Formats: sequence, C-alpha cells, structure tokens
Amino acid sequence: MKDFIIHKAGSRGHAENEWLSSYQTFSFSRYYHPERIQFGALRVLNDDTVAGGKGFGSHPHDNMEIISIPLEGALEHRDNLGNTGIIRKGDIQVMTTGTGVFHSEVNADPEQPVKFLQIWIFPKQLNVKPRYEQITLDRVHQVNQLQQIVSPYPEEEGCQINQDAWFSMGTFERSKTARYNARITNNGLYFFVINGSFNIEGQKLDSRDGMGIPECGPVNIEALEDNSTILIMDIPMKVDQQNM
Amino acid sequence: MEQLKILAAGKNKDIMTVIDRLINTHENWSGVTVTTTEEAIDTAKEARYDLLLICAGLSSVEEKELTEELHTLQPNLRVMRHYGGGSGLLESEIQSYLKTI
Repeated sequence: MKDFIIHKAGSRGHAENEWLSSYQTFSFSRYYHPERIQFGALRVLNDDTVAGGKGFGSHPHDNMEIISIPLEGALEHRDNLGNTGIIRKGDIQVMTTGTGVFHSEVNADPEQPVKFLQIWIFPKQLNVKPRYEQITLDRVHQVNQLQQIVSPYPEEEGCQINQDAWFSMGTFERSKTARYNARITNNGLYFFVINGSFNIEGQKLDSRDGMGIPECGPVNIEALEDNSTILIMDIPMKVDQQNM
Repeated sequence: MEQLKILAAGKNKDIMTVIDRLINTHENWSGVTVTTTEEAIDTAKEARYDLLLICAGLSSVEEKELTEELHTLQPNLRVMRHYGGGSGLLESEIQSYLKTI
C-alpha cells in the first residue's frame, strides 16, 4: 500500500441548528478546510441527523451525483420531476442532478430523528438529464460480506450513477474479513466506518472514521467488534468531465 | 474587505435565481447572474468582475467562447466552475478561489 489519509470522526466539520446536526468530512457550506476539499471525485460526505418532522425544504442542485444512505428513521423525498418516496435503513437513493433539479428531503416521522449519509460525487458527464432512483436492498447479502449498492451500470447491482464509481456496504461480526480491489485503474478507495471498528491494512478505524487510499491494490478489512458496518467508495481520483 | 465581484452564468433560470440570492446576500460578495452567453458578454462590458462562475447548462462550445470573449474584455477575470447548484459548495469554492489569488 502506497499512501493513505485518515479522517477521524472528531476532526470533521460540524454544523448544528434547531433541527439539523451535520458532521462533514469534507468542506461544505460554512465549513472550510483547505486540506479537506475532496477525495478524487468524492466531494461531500455528510453525516446528518434531522429532527422529527423537519428537513431540507425545496432547494436546487445541478451537475452532481447525490447518494443518500439512511441509517435510522425515514426520509421523505419530493422533487420537481414528480418523484416522491420514503427511504429507510436498507434503502439507497440516488439523484443525478445534471441540468438541475429542485427537491426536498424531510423527516417522514414527526417524532423520531432520521439519520443518513449524504454523499456527493462529481459527475462524469455534465449537464445530463436529471434522474432519480431509489432501491431497497436485501441486507442478507451484507452479512459478513460486501454488497454492491451503487455502480455506473444499470445491469449491475445497486443504483446507477453518472460516474465510474462503485459503492459497497457490509456488516461484519468480530474477526470476519473481506478483501476489496478497485474496479478500474486510477480509482482510489475511501472507507467510512458506519458502526463498530475495523482494521484496514493495519490502521484501526472507529465509528464514523474515514480512510482514503488513492492508489492501491487489493485491500483487506477486518471487523474488530460485532455488528461493524462499513461503506467502501471506489472513486475516480481524477475528475475528467465531458460536457453534454 | 473589498467585495468579490462575481459574474455567474448558467441556463437554469430557477437555479440562477437562487445563485443570485446566495451571492448577493453574502457579506463579502456581490454579483450578477445571467442565463445566456450574450447577456454575460453585455454585462462584462458594463462592469469589472473578479470571477466568472460557470454554472449548469452551458455547452462546452458556449463555455469556451464565453471564456475567450470575456478574457478579451477583462484579461484578469478568473474562471471557475460551480457544482451543486446551491449553497452547499459555493462558499468553499469561493474560499478555494481566494486561496489562489
């Protein structure tokens, strides 16, 4: 393994108001850290908690792939393309925002908070037609193994995004291992521990820690405690974009 | 601190309305948003800008022609692409720009 970067959970940016608590691995909104701008095409990794009945009102996005992964609770989506839906733990939501979309994401439960990861990836192609997709995973396939949840191709498992990026998730018992290799040359790997702790190539990562490896061969991960969940993002390190 | 003068060009009128609000409510920024390259060129003939923000919808040809034309009018104008179409990245994009000058 050549090089890596670790983003400890406690080092992330944090924004809080009466309805939102957001921990930000990379610079976002009013959090700016010149060494925390992006990891290749991975630009935003926000760990958000939204109070019951509250949420993000209608607002725009363009030219970004936005992936939402609920961790607890229920999130209600509406957009100006006519899409509506509620996503819960085990679901994945993807928006290709392209030429522009307005959407809202609101906690569907009036009482309980919703927790979710909000991930933004720079697109491969600019100014494409906006697109929305949500899927429900069979989480049986995440037990002690990695399940692919996002890919660039509709024929592959998971939601489709407009970038040469693949996401996988798995929940492991203590001492269980897995091995992951980037799908294409020049992709790097970003590991984000959702729960528990992992040993990744000799580095211990705890809950909500992140680790990026820009250039690597196969990477071994080992769960250090039961019910440890990890998200692996296989990301282009160079953002070459085609304008449509 | 002198305000950063921003000219933002993109084709989605609704999004550009939001971008306009974000730029002009920021204490250190001011600017104009336009939805055509012609409007951008006319605007650049009227006032000096520090930064051209390329927003969604311009084709690669339009983007190239606009950049070339504006550099003829204002050689020191810096050009940056805005991603995300909202408040999420605008602040850090501008902060990154300011680090380069």
